[in-house]
Amino acid sequence: MLAYRAGEPILAGQFLGDVARLGAALPASGHVLNVCADRYRFTVGFAAALVRGLVTLLPPTRTPAVIAQLKAFAPDTVCLTDEAACDIALPRVSYPEAPRAAGAPAATAVPLIDPERRAAWVFTSGSTGTPVPHEKTFGRMIDCMRVEATRLDLGTERSWALVATVPPQHMYGLEASVLLPLASGHALSAAHPFYPADICAALAAVPRPRALISTPIHLRALLASGLELPAIDLVVCATAPLAAELAAEVEQRCRTRLLEIYGSTETGSIAVRRPTLTAEWWLWPDVTLESRGEESFAAGGHIDRPTRLYDLIEPTGPDRFLLHGRVAELVNIAGKRSSLAYLNHQLNSIPGVLDGAFFQGAAGEAGEVARLGACVVAPGLDPAAIAAELRRRIDPVFLPRPLLLVASLPRTSTGKLPQEALRALAARARQSSAA
Amino acid sequence: MSDNLSQLRQPAGSAGLADLTRELAALIVEALNLEVTPADIGPDQPLYGEGLGLDSIDILEIALVVSKQYGVQLRADSEDNQRIFASLRQLAEYVNTHRTK
Repeated sequence: MLAYRAGEPILAGQFLGDVARLGAALPASGHVLNVCADRYRFTVGFAAALVRGLVTLLPPTRTPAVIAQLKAFAPDTVCLTDEAACDIALPRVSYPEAPRAAGAPAATAVPLIDPERRAAWVFTSGSTGTPVPHEKTFGRMIDCMRVEATRLDLGTERSWALVATVPPQHMYGLEASVLLPLASGHALSAAHPFYPADICAALAAVPRPRALISTPIHLRALLASGLELPAIDLVVCATAPLAAELAAEVEQRCRTRLLEIYGSTETGSIAVRRPTLTAEWWLWPDVTLESRGEESFAAGGHIDRPTRLYDLIEPTGPDRFLLHGRVAELVNIAGKRSSLAYLNHQLNSIPGVLDGAFFQGAAGEAGEVARLGACVVAPGLDPAAIAAELRRRIDPVFLPRPLLLVASLPRTSTGKLPQEALRALAARARQSSAA
Repeated sequence: MSDNLSQLRQPAGSAGLADLTRELAALIVEALNLEVTPADIGPDQPLYGEGLGLDSIDILEIALVVSKQYGVQLRADSEDNQRIFASLRQLAEYVNTHRTK
C-alpha cells in the first residue's frame, strides 16, 4: 500500500497513473512550487516533477516577498496547487482531478530516476534579505531515508502507515512523511491533521502498525486535550527540542516508543535518539561531525560536502553527541527557523522604518512558545501598519509580540545592538505606555 | 430522565452569549499572553491573520483552552472551521452551540 486518503487505500499502480497524468499537465522543464495541501497530491506532484525533470522549490514560507524572490531565482517557476483559491503570484497548474471512469490503471513501469537528478532546492532564511538555496539530489535523499527507516526501527516485515502533523513542504515533513514511506515501502496518510481530535481521527483511519510524525507543539496539545488516543505504534518528533517530561508522558500515554530526529534543512536528518533513555544523539552511519573553532559541521554519508550546523554540539563519542541549544543568531519558534539578521533586514526594508531590531524575549514557562519582540524607530507609522508590512515578508510565527515604537535603538559605538539592551528598552517602553 | 438524554447544555440566550463572549476574550488574552485587554478585542474583529493577528500556534492554544473550559473539541474538517475563528462573536456562537460544560 502506498497511501491512505480519506480512509481509502491507494496502491502503487494508481499512484503511478496519477503521476503520469499530472506529469502531462506540467511544463516540459523548469521549476515548480508545490503547495498542495493534500499530502498524497503533494507526493504525486513531487514525483511527477522528478519524472519530468523539473526541480521542486521548497521555500521556508510563502509570503509575497519570498514568492518574488523565488521568481527572481527561477523565472520559469510555476505553482502547483490542489486548492481552488490560491493567491500566489505565479503561473498556476491545478492538480488534475482523476477521470471519473477510473477502471484498473494500465500497468505502468516504475520510472527510474537518475540518482544525480536535482530533485529540489530547499531554502533557508540566511542572514541577508534573500533566502539561501540548498540543492537536494534524488539519490542522496533516498540514501538518507533508507538510514532513517533503519534507525526508526520500522523493519522490513510490516508495512507501516505514517500519519504526520507537519507540512510536506518543509524538510522534516518532506523526509519523514513523504520520502520515508516512498523509499521504504510504507504508506503515507494524505491527511494533515491540526487539532487533537483530527490527529486521533487520522490515526484511527489507517491500519496498524501506525506511526505519528509530529512536533513538540502538536504532541503537547494532543496530550493536553484529554482525548482517548487510538493505538499508536511509534511516535516520531523533530524540529525543536522536546522537554524530557513531555517525552516521558508521550511514551506513557501512547504506550510506545518516542524517537526524536535531529537534522537541518541544509543536511536533512542526521541523527536520532530516544529521549526517555538518553540525552545523547546517535549519528547516521558514515556521517561525521567536525568543529572548526566554535562552528560545527556535518559531512559524509548522504551529505555532499561539509555543511554547517547551527546548534552547539558536544561530541561524546565517534558517533554520539549532545546538543546545547542553537547558535545565538538563530531563532526557532514552534519548529520554524530563521535568523535575527534576516528578520531585521525584512523589518528595515519597510518604507518608513528608520531603524528596527527584533529581540528574543525571556524564556516562557515550559511548553509556552516564546515569541520575538521588536523595537522600531518609525515616526509616522503605527504598529499595526508595520505589522501588516511584516506579514507580507516573514512567516507569521516570527511576527513580534510586542512591536514597540521607540525614539532610537540602543546601538553601541560600533553599531551593535546587544539583545539585553533591546529587552531593557522594550521593558521601559511598555512601562511608559502602561502609565 | 430529561437530563440523561442530552449531553449538550441548552445554548444560552443573548445575555448568556454576551457573557460567554467576554469570557472567551479574557481566556484568549490570558492564554496567549497578549498585550491587549479583553475589552480591546472587538466582537467582529478577525482573530486569525490580520485583525488580532493570531497564527496557527495561537489557534491550537485557544482550542486547548476551549476544550478544557467548555468541553468542545474543534475539528478542522467541520464546515464551521473557516468561520469559527473569523471573529470572537463567531467563536462564541460555536462554543455556545457545542459546549458540554
